[in-house]
Amino acid sequence: MSVVTKPVTMPAPSFEAGTEDNYLTHTTGFLSWALTLDHKRIGLMYLAGVMASFAGGGVLALLIRLHLWNPNIDKTQALFSNQVYNQIFTLHGAIMVFLFIIPSIPAALGNFLLPIMLGTKDVAFPRLNLGSFYLWICGAAFFLFSLFATGLDTGWTFYTPYSIESRGPVVAATMGVFVLGFSSIFTGLNFIVTINTMRPPGMTWFRMPLFLWATYATAIIQVLATPVLGITVLLLAAERVLGIGIFDPKLNGDPVTFQHFFWFYSHPAVYIMILPAMGIISELMSVHSHKGIFGYRMIAYSSVAIALFGFLVWGHHMFTSGMADVTTIVFSALTFTVSIPSAIKVFNWIGTMYQGTVSLNTPMLYALAFIFLFTIGGLTGLFLGALSVDLHLHDTYFVVAHFHYVMMGGTLVAFLGGLFHWWPKMTGKMFNDFAGIVSAAIVFVGFNLTFLPQFVLGTRGMPRRYASYVEEFQDLHRLSTIGAMMLGAGLLVAGLTLLHSLFYGKKAPMNPWGGATLEWECQTPPPHDNFSTPPTVGDPYDFSNIEYDPKTGGYFKKK
Amino acid sequence: MRRNPTMMNPSIQFNPMTPTFLADVNETFWFPKQASTFAPKIDFLYDAIVWISVLFFIPIVIAMIYFMVKYRQRPGYKGSPEALHNTVLEVTWSVVPTFIVVWIFWEGMVGYLDMMRLPVDTEDVKVTAKKWVWSFKYKNGAESDKLYLQLGRDSKMIMRSDDVLHSFFIPAFRAKRDVVPGRYNYMWFQPTVEGTFDLFCTEYCGDNHSGMITKAIVLNSEDYEKTLTELAKEPEDIVARGKWLYERKACKGCHYAGAEGAQGPGPSYNGSWGKSVPLAAGGEATFDENYVSESILNPIAKARKGYENASAMPSYKGQLKEDQIEALCAFIKSLQTAELPKK
Repeated sequence: MSVVTKPVTMPAPSFEAGTEDNYLTHTTGFLSWALTLDHKRIGLMYLAGVMASFAGGGVLALLIRLHLWNPNIDKTQALFSNQVYNQIFTLHGAIMVFLFIIPSIPAALGNFLLPIMLGTKDVAFPRLNLGSFYLWICGAAFFLFSLFATGLDTGWTFYTPYSIESRGPVVAATMGVFVLGFSSIFTGLNFIVTINTMRPPGMTWFRMPLFLWATYATAIIQVLATPVLGITVLLLAAERVLGIGIFDPKLNGDPVTFQHFFWFYSHPAVYIMILPAMGIISELMSVHSHKGIFGYRMIAYSSVAIALFGFLVWGHHMFTSGMADVTTIVFSALTFTVSIPSAIKVFNWIGTMYQGTVSLNTPMLYALAFIFLFTIGGLTGLFLGALSVDLHLHDTYFVVAHFHYVMMGGTLVAFLGGLFHWWPKMTGKMFNDFAGIVSAAIVFVGFNLTFLPQFVLGTRGMPRRYASYVEEFQDLHRLSTIGAMMLGAGLLVAGLTLLHSLFYGKKAPMNPWGGATLEWECQTPPPHDNFSTPPTVGDPYDFSNIEYDPKTGGYFKKK
Repeated sequence: MRRNPTMMNPSIQFNPMTPTFLADVNETFWFPKQASTFAPKIDFLYDAIVWISVLFFIPIVIAMIYFMVKYRQRPGYKGSPEALHNTVLEVTWSVVPTFIVVWIFWEGMVGYLDMMRLPVDTEDVKVTAKKWVWSFKYKNGAESDKLYLQLGRDSKMIMRSDDVLHSFFIPAFRAKRDVVPGRYNYMWFQPTVEGTFDLFCTEYCGDNHSGMITKAIVLNSEDYEKTLTELAKEPEDIVARGKWLYERKACKGCHYAGAEGAQGPGPSYNGSWGKSVPLAAGGEATFDENYVSESILNPIAKARKGYENASAMPSYKGQLKEDQIEALCAFIKSLQTAELPKK
């Protein structure tokens, strides 16, 4: 980690001069990190953890794409055997979902930002916060075990009865999921209590930054839905170990019941993944347009609406499983309700740019890429919600492309945008903006090249999770593989840009982008206690008195 | 993008010169041939949603790019931060999409109900899914590993799974239904084109999931009846009968024999007879009638070395009769000198 040696000079007289003491240098030594209760250090440790998981899951994704370069009808020519391929896609899914996307924004960026945005010293329960990080480590260890033990091959969904009879380490993996669930619940609980009780005087609900609205909505889902996942994996483990018949028809169980249990969590989990990303985009669009967010209330309400509707749509994962017709139709109708608040957000983000002063820098370009990709992801959801069309598209590459547009084009791109946006605050270093823009461009093109062909593969009937395929699909698969390699290269450029800044980056000013939320009134990097005097709370999207100061290369608030 | 069904030429051949992402066996950019009564309706709704999406997506992207350029930060320009709210606009862009998605929902529901409502007079086929083969049983008792269908006849699939979840999918028919162990699932369709179509398993079912592919063959009623009669005849010759059973009793899904069947999930039959084979539990066993018969009735008893992590073979106790096991033995014996798969 870099060490900032010079104090940051403040142009605004209302702030005392910075000291050398910041949260990175406050104390030193391994234990000062391992046993820290500081939300910022916990956030950074989470960041390192989720980035490592992402790198691991990403390499697996590239192996999948390389394997699918050829149709593999002739097994002797295949890169991997079917068994190994199945293990690779299982671990890719499980690592990306449970170790990366779910904790990425709330636990890494959320932990760092939430107390600072609220102008407080820390979250409500700092020890619980550290505890949830160690639970994450513990869950990750279970996953590493399944990686190196005889492979897990059930798919990340653990569908019964295959997961009952599979010889992979299903119990170890589901215990990992169980432990990670607690980590997620603790983070959610902490955020709910912090936002409810520790908002500073003057910060009413509707003066909260939208990132906090999104985090709050996410935390509600984490607390309410995750226990059901815990119950599901416990039942699965009980069935496997003790032979109690719940989901396996051989023991008079019902496999479709497992799907209901599983998706009752895992569909809301989709919103655990995307809502914080939407929160980041609301911040980024406003700050980099130097203009207040368009339709603040609609965005705030739509976050809550998505969180609530998200609980009622799990059945759309089971349209082909043989549910009763009425159930199927009701789930289809409810599914469409989620599309409206999502559409409202997209329109509001575009409206935010109207008559603004748009800085086309790295975080903003990632935000714009998000809007483009998320819109495609959302619109393709319409095809899958429409029952008759879904019967054709269900479990094909169309679905694969759809959820990658939402999860990766959405959450990952927003996460990267947010990371670039708050990186100067977190590390005290500016990154090379040109390199960042290049990474955004490569990621954008590579992403579309990877996943657009997969929509066509899906409509033409290519099923998911196939280690080999009929030859007519080869050209589209090859396009997709080329795209994936490009996407990997783009992400590598993004990573190297950030790493480079740690060693060679210019010192970051206090407010490099001109944001009006409280984190930009905190020193860079923040001191251990965040604020020495409680900051005054204003409108988080009032940019009228924020001025650029060429001396520091940053912005300051006029008195 | 719309097609006229009467224009379709059932004898379109695959042209190796055409790049497959432009047009190969697909009739259109998006879809394979429309070969059932469902297909035109589903394709119509799909195309309608494509146009609705384009209608939303293009203005969004144009507005985004236009604002990016017009309001970009540059010397001498400062935006005005007034436009923060516009009730009329916000209500419009909430209400208009609502009506559109209600229409999409309605159309999807109507199409779905058409597909779920089983006709009264149908040609029934019993479908059994098993790792990793399909098996089809017809009204006259005939069995096959390919699905034979009659042109223009409502066909009902009565589907059950012997082990894990599978899913029955014929892209050309736009028809899909999961095959769930412990219950019967039904589906129906009416083929409208003669020909051979891909039939995929689309629910992950283990090692050889991607090999669980067969064909749906649509024949005119004369050929259909002829084929069914043909299929019902069990071969006289014992070796041929063994092979006949090998193809119909799901052995093919895991065991490589002669030059067909799946490579990998289970040991190959080729060149095994009479040899000594290593066992997972240690020791060896002689590959003879006793070994084969025990392995069919109680597969785990003498599992082969190297297949410890393979998906377990189900027992065939009660499913194969004594003389059928003998026929299978004869078939395996006939492969004594056949070459092993390269791997």
